[in-house]
Amino acid sequence: MFKHESIETSSALLVILTLVAISIGGLVEIVPLHYIDDTVEQVNDPETGLEMVRPYTPLELRGRDIYLREGCYTCHSQMIRPFRDEDLRYGHYSLAAESRYDHPFQWGSKRTGPDLARVGGKYSNEWHVAHLMAPRSVVPESIMPNYPWLQQQPLKYADIQERMLALKRVGVPYSMSQLEYEGGTAEDGSAVTGNLKTFGPDVAPLLDINQAEANLIAQAERGNYDGDPARLTEMDALVAYLQMLGTLVDFKKFDEDHFIQAR
Amino acid sequence: MAHVAAAPLEQYNYDIVKKFTIVSIIWGVLAMLTGVYIASELAWPFLNFDIAQITFGRLRPVHTSGVIFGFGGNALFATSYYVVQRTCQVRLAGGRFWPEFTFWGWNIALLVAGIGYMFGITQGREYAEPEWYVDIAIAVVWVIYFLIFLVTLVRRNQPHIYVANWFFMAFILATALLHIFNNLAVPVSFTGAQSYSLFSGVQDAMTQWWYGHNAVGFFLTAAFLGMMYYFVPKQAGRPIYSYRLSIVHFWALSFMYMWVGTHHLHWTAIPDWTSSLAAVFSILLLMPSWGGMINGIMTLSGAWDKLRTDPIMMFMITALSFYGMSTFEGPMMSLKSVNALSHYTDWTVGHVHSGALGWVAMISIGSFYHLIPKLWHTRLYSERLVFVHFFLATLGIILYITAMWIAGIGQGLMLRAFDEYGNLAYTFIETVTFMHIPYVTRAVGGLFFLSGMFIMAWNVWMTIRRAHQEQAAAAEAPVADADVARTA
Repeated sequence: MFKHESIETSSALLVILTLVAISIGGLVEIVPLHYIDDTVEQVNDPETGLEMVRPYTPLELRGRDIYLREGCYTCHSQMIRPFRDEDLRYGHYSLAAESRYDHPFQWGSKRTGPDLARVGGKYSNEWHVAHLMAPRSVVPESIMPNYPWLQQQPLKYADIQERMLALKRVGVPYSMSQLEYEGGTAEDGSAVTGNLKTFGPDVAPLLDINQAEANLIAQAERGNYDGDPARLTEMDALVAYLQMLGTLVDFKKFDEDHFIQAR
Repeated sequence: MAHVAAAPLEQYNYDIVKKFTIVSIIWGVLAMLTGVYIASELAWPFLNFDIAQITFGRLRPVHTSGVIFGFGGNALFATSYYVVQRTCQVRLAGGRFWPEFTFWGWNIALLVAGIGYMFGITQGREYAEPEWYVDIAIAVVWVIYFLIFLVTLVRRNQPHIYVANWFFMAFILATALLHIFNNLAVPVSFTGAQSYSLFSGVQDAMTQWWYGHNAVGFFLTAAFLGMMYYFVPKQAGRPIYSYRLSIVHFWALSFMYMWVGTHHLHWTAIPDWTSSLAAVFSILLLMPSWGGMINGIMTLSGAWDKLRTDPIMMFMITALSFYGMSTFEGPMMSLKSVNALSHYTDWTVGHVHSGALGWVAMISIGSFYHLIPKLWHTRLYSERLVFVHFFLATLGIILYITAMWIAGIGQGLMLRAFDEYGNLAYTFIETVTFMHIPYVTRAVGGLFFLSGMFIMAWNVWMTIRRAHQEQAAAAEAPVADADVARTA
């Protein structure tokens, strides 16, 4: 009969059996999430058939980098739960698809401040700038730090293409080649759906790595997020990011119970 | 007979244990100071002073990494290196160089990571903030650590591997597994600091909380149980209560912990089956957790009087009591209905600290007070100061967790309250105002705990200084006398 003593007297057996014991839980829970298709639901526009959730534009991406840098996730979540109070306060519960291009995810674990998953479009650019510069100027009871340096520091974007390429490598569909942009037949004969077809002619150019820098500058100029058209600052990027959060899926286009099937 | 007297001093590598012990206390003081500071920032936001490097968002990972990996990590290196040598009755493997390598490697990596956070270099994933180059350095250090520990076990002069070493081994293996898989990322460039996680959204969340909760399960629990299994019986002067219980709870704990991470993701966009599975295992986990607690506390049977007279024992038994309490609170919070209220609130923060301060810090502090006089061949400078430390620490924890229960449950209830017309009863900012007094109380509680750490640092400093004086005096005495003193 097997005795526990044989494990206690063998380092090799102890190491191997411990490895077995600690591997099973992770394998059972993590691996299927990469293979079960409805883990992340497909969200297509019912009218056009285009994918509604798109990767970040270059400017938004830089804004997101700043969001990470400042540790916003230590106080703000980006994950609305399916409860009545959260629906009233923040909006429709978050879909898995809405963070499918988030490397890393920023769901957060603590709401010292409110959830930001659908903050986009709720406040004006001017409000965001005033709030980030001095939160207590617009919300007197706020305990958020001031972020005055965002308005002072020019946005660095020289490496924007490298950033998008790195993200492309981990699976974000930014396009580099004509094939990835327009779609067609690859050299090995497989069919490629280009971004033009997946995201439509309005969005696809924004995901083109070759045009990244021009796109970034154009969006900042058009959006004038920080209220100072002369300068391209970190504030421009962060506000651009905040203003798009949760706005990609237009829930009015779907029946009320449409997404419940995915849960 | 000089060679006989010198032998016990060289039998074990105590030098490396001393280094890890001292640096652990230094990290403890600094990281808890940071903790008190960021707690104060939440109570009085002017303390952010518009200085980017010290804003809450950047300083919070300095606190968490500092206490977990700086204070806790170094304490684990120290005690595991000590325990494995004592229980295997063999000198630590790796000669002088490799243990030193783990010491400098670990601490320099942490220092680089911590300074990086203040300058905005972070992966933006909780408890896994260090960027890719630090992660690689940590992985290298960890593999060396594993090899040192394993080779020492293999060379043991005892037929059995003592139970504390199983826990240390499980901790080393699990941490390697978690660290490597959770930090898979693609750097933007090899000359730049930033990287993007290999996984995204749901899969990233799953991997991250598999890591995150097992940082708690293996780093902050299994390993400290290893500490408990050596130092509690030693300090009590009694054998461990039940060997059979330690076997059962070791395997149950190792197996079950890995399943529970998703309870951090209840009600999110993660598939329901994963979080339900995690909830089931979280509740099952209560049994091995309490098995460990009972085994530790009951070790004192026959020596209960020590709870009155021995402040080191008070630290250890209080640690086990907090361990029992937080491993009850945890499964309760992993119930979906409770989690709906507690998640995103300070209840979680309070729960973490009842585990981290109550269990992890107190068992480490108790072990250090036992260990330090042995390492330096002397007595503690002041036992009375250990009593003072104990009461400051306990009072601090109680203030802390009570404040967080009030803040967390209060905020949770306010956010889900409706008025008679079915509208939300409170705005978000009203809950922030409500939390001010609990936040002040929490900062005060933290300050109590921190002042205890300062007292410990002083006590340890004086102990070591006296040890040096004693040894210097002994060295000045004639050789024959010195030998007598040493052997005695």
